[in-house]
Amino acid sequence: MLIIHCPLCGPRDHAEFTYIGDATKNRPENGDSSNDHAWYDFVYLRDNPKGLHEELWQHSFGCRCFVKVLRNTLTHEIIATGMPKDNLILKEKGLELSV
Amino acid sequence: MFRFQSRQQQRLDDGGQINRLAPINFTFDGKKFIGFEGDTLASALLANGVRLVGRSFKYHRPRGIYSAGIEEPNALVALRSGDRHEPNTRATAIELFPGLEAKSQNRWPNLLLDYLQINNLLSPFLSAGFYYKTFMGLPGWHFYEYFIRKAAGMGDGTKFKDPDKYDKKHVHCDILIVGGGPTGISAAVTAGRAGARVILVDNHPKLGGQLNGERYFLDKKPAHRWIEQCVEELDGLENVTIATRTSAFGYYDSDVVNAIESVSDHLPEPLDYQCRQRLWQIRAKKVILATGATERPIVFSNNDRPGIMLASAARRYVNQYAVKPGKKAVIFTNNDDGYKTAFDLARSGIEVVAVVDSRKNIPEHFEKELNEKDIEVIASSVVIDTYGYFGLNSVKIGTLSHDGKTIESNPYIVSADLLAVSGGWSPNVHLYCHSGGKPVYNDSIEAFVPGELSQNGHSAGASRGSFSLTDCLQEGHNIANTMAKALNLEVAEQIIPETNENTIVPIEALWRVPGKGKKFVDLQDDVTESDITLAHREGYVSVEHLKRYTTLGMGTDQGKTSNLNGQAIMAQEKAEPIEKIGTTTFRPPYTPIALGPLAGRDIGLSYKHTRRSAMHNWHKQHGAIFVEAGQWLRPQYYLNEMEQPSKENMDKAISREVQTVRTSVGLVDVSTLGKIDIQGKDSAEFLNRVYTNGWTKLPIGKARYGIMLREDGLVFDDGTTSRLDECHYFMTTTTSNAAAVLSHMEYYLQVQWPELDVKVTSVTEQWAAMALAGPKSRNVLSKLLPTINVDNESFPFMGVREVDIEGVPARIFRISFSGELSYEINVPADFGEFIWQRILEVGKAYSIRPYGTEAMGIMRIEKGHVAGPELDGRTTATDLGLQKLLSSKKDFIGSKMMHREGLKDENRPTLVGLVPVDKKSRVKSGAILVKDPTLAPPVPKLGHVSSSAYLSPTLGHPISLGFVSGDIIETTKKIWAVSPLHNESHELEITDPVFYDQKSERLHD
Repeated sequence: MLIIHCPLCGPRDHAEFTYIGDATKNRPENGDSSNDHAWYDFVYLRDNPKGLHEELWQHSFGCRCFVKVLRNTLTHEIIATGMPKDNLILKEKGLELSV
Repeated sequence: MFRFQSRQQQRLDDGGQINRLAPINFTFDGKKFIGFEGDTLASALLANGVRLVGRSFKYHRPRGIYSAGIEEPNALVALRSGDRHEPNTRATAIELFPGLEAKSQNRWPNLLLDYLQINNLLSPFLSAGFYYKTFMGLPGWHFYEYFIRKAAGMGDGTKFKDPDKYDKKHVHCDILIVGGGPTGISAAVTAGRAGARVILVDNHPKLGGQLNGERYFLDKKPAHRWIEQCVEELDGLENVTIATRTSAFGYYDSDVVNAIESVSDHLPEPLDYQCRQRLWQIRAKKVILATGATERPIVFSNNDRPGIMLASAARRYVNQYAVKPGKKAVIFTNNDDGYKTAFDLARSGIEVVAVVDSRKNIPEHFEKELNEKDIEVIASSVVIDTYGYFGLNSVKIGTLSHDGKTIESNPYIVSADLLAVSGGWSPNVHLYCHSGGKPVYNDSIEAFVPGELSQNGHSAGASRGSFSLTDCLQEGHNIANTMAKALNLEVAEQIIPETNENTIVPIEALWRVPGKGKKFVDLQDDVTESDITLAHREGYVSVEHLKRYTTLGMGTDQGKTSNLNGQAIMAQEKAEPIEKIGTTTFRPPYTPIALGPLAGRDIGLSYKHTRRSAMHNWHKQHGAIFVEAGQWLRPQYYLNEMEQPSKENMDKAISREVQTVRTSVGLVDVSTLGKIDIQGKDSAEFLNRVYTNGWTKLPIGKARYGIMLREDGLVFDDGTTSRLDECHYFMTTTTSNAAAVLSHMEYYLQVQWPELDVKVTSVTEQWAAMALAGPKSRNVLSKLLPTINVDNESFPFMGVREVDIEGVPARIFRISFSGELSYEINVPADFGEFIWQRILEVGKAYSIRPYGTEAMGIMRIEKGHVAGPELDGRTTATDLGLQKLLSSKKDFIGSKMMHREGLKDENRPTLVGLVPVDKKSRVKSGAILVKDPTLAPPVPKLGHVSSSAYLSPTLGHPISLGFVSGDIIETTKKIWAVSPLHNESHELEITDPVFYDQKSERLHD
């Protein structure tokens, strides 16, 4: 029932999107054994936060863009959307500088 | 003809909203009756004097019609027959249509003689949790369960396919109004005048709601005049849509309300091209919940007999349907509502014996009318018990003590065949609760009302506890204007009509009456007061536990008339206020809905797309037997003209196809492989990161085999990718992973490495692909391309050529899955069938033959090539014998995690070949490999069989691929495959996974 604002296509029904997952995980450099835990975290560990959560959706039945979505997991309210590299929490607070 | 049955002896001579000029025939339990247009099944049955309509769920007690709406707990019937048979429909909500066929439920052999009424005599033992307490844990539960489930039951479903069509529609509006009663109509008029885009839904055939069941006057005119006036105005407004027979059943996120429109349920069957029901998904900016309220029963001994009904229902039957639900009535009430019923019944010629009011003080303003109609009021009194097995014949009345726990004076019995009960009204807060709101208890009406707002759905009128008609009209108007303002529209004027209602004297809570017999709380589930006190004694005191332990409110009515009474009794037992006990969670759907409209047209072939290759028609015309591969239909094998489908002929066809490819030449449709076009200046670097092997040095005009890992280091997919140009690659994936691989690559390009200049596009549909395989394939190709040199040096193994075949641009890849000399030919899909036929024509000289997926599968097993069953998400490249493809000179996806200890364990099961020792047993893929099949469990698993060829025509015996633990391979050559499900075990010899042409000479020459 959600409406997701795709940065390329505009407001679209969530049925056009595929949920991908947590958008807060950054892919570590391969590195040596010192970053094994970083990899373990990236591949396996996911939080289940109550409240605001940055997540990735793919507009699979549209432009195929990966969209970052800031969603309240408690209410399903979508607060902001953007491109994968956007920091939506800053944007929400009005702190993002225009590029 | 059936005059004696069609008398409608309980029908009034005039009044009501029925059309006496339009009689309608119908049957109930095979008996013929006549009702009128405008009737429900329930009102028509009552008009014909039918009181007994069903047996109860657990005790099989005779039951009658209890309500006049969707809240009905008792009168559940099986409607229609054959493939349109529908169990558990509420007689009170079924519009009468010609030829309607209904049957009573939960009785055997018939309503009057029901053998399972013995349950009623056994009832002292059948308390909450009885069956589980008694039978669970005893040996043979599976034996009792059948009989227990049969005894406690509802109607039977039909086993036929649903013949009807269903539709879905998505609509948007500014203001959605749920409920077309006085509140909803008033809101629609104001919102409509304000210019908002309005949708008004109501589950009845016409608007009016509770007004249709009352004798109210608005501005001194009967209420229906006002309704007609409003409907006329609303019909004239382009911005207003009225949807009747449309039941809003759920309020979801983002202010989406779903409703089911009963398009043709009121007709014998849908008209041509008409659907039966339609799902409306309504996305609204604002929602007005004008869903009304539901009257509650009072809990007293034997309060379930036919002839006992809600006071508002009795009133509705006389007022709307001109039906007398009885001849002599007693009213039992704890609020003003009972008086309205008393007056309306008396006005219709029903003898009102008494109004039994549990309150001490009778509202003064009723006295005049009570005297006029000569109705006796018995204050501070209650109905203690009732009599009459198949239908009420008398009631016992007594005076309630001050604390409400005992009966004071000598009770006495009066005769009556109708007992109208009102325990107060509960606002219908269901949709408000679906929207995320939490209801709060309101002492002044003794019911839960909406609390704080969660979304944009505002309750108004009776659904927020405002039971006066004037309040309803005013609130509807006010909330519509508030919303209009919020939507930046001009507010609208509406003059609220004057009503003739009395001021309401507050209700005094009366949840249960002291007494001995069965006191039903939930009529549909046969939950009694004693079940609730038992639950309390046994510690099931939270409402959610109470519900599940006693089944309170778990019927198809979801406790619309029973939940609050049950919760209140529990509150009394716990000596806590009701608001502390709370309510159970309200979940959609508000009323039972069919699954049909949720599926809509997405059924059968429309449920899942069927993908066909460009050569599909040719396959069909040439004896192909198809197999489903995901969404695709692929030829499994081809029968000759004279062959009938049979197991024998299948084996014959498959052998024939394999032998043709191994000895001469064959052609197989491989269009289903995923094809991805990759372009951009960083393509080589990207492939280098996606695949495990090196890609930077692949020259233009060459293909390479590669495997991809997931980040966790396990194998994801395999395939070949060819370099068509400096910055242009063409990738193939397995059929089943085509979409996943594309999304996987898009993820890395967009999210992880946006700096890479690469674009990926699926071109699976754009290219038809076919593999020309066999020792004579070069001969065929050279005939096909007379001007091009295709010898081994000019067009070597893994070479790629872009050519013209008879004017059709084609890409030819010299790659092999079968193990033979082979060319994969891709042409634009539109030319697929033409080129396919052309190749077969040219190949005739070499006895060319098309082959299917079976022959292809057997040949890849003979060759030891891995496919889907081996790439099952649990195997590493080393497990598959592909460790040479793991580059150590670069990082790639999965290169970090693949070094984990568990994935490098030398004893991991690795790919082997398996041959039955007797050279003929057919070993099932999925069979477990063990040391000795005679061992008693638990038997250590040494591996499993992944792919099996029941017959390798090339080798002359069955072969399999499988995985066996590394330490076992070293110590033993024999192993057993067991499949306990099929009671099979076979001894196998462990071999090299490559059974055929181990040096790969055939595909290189």
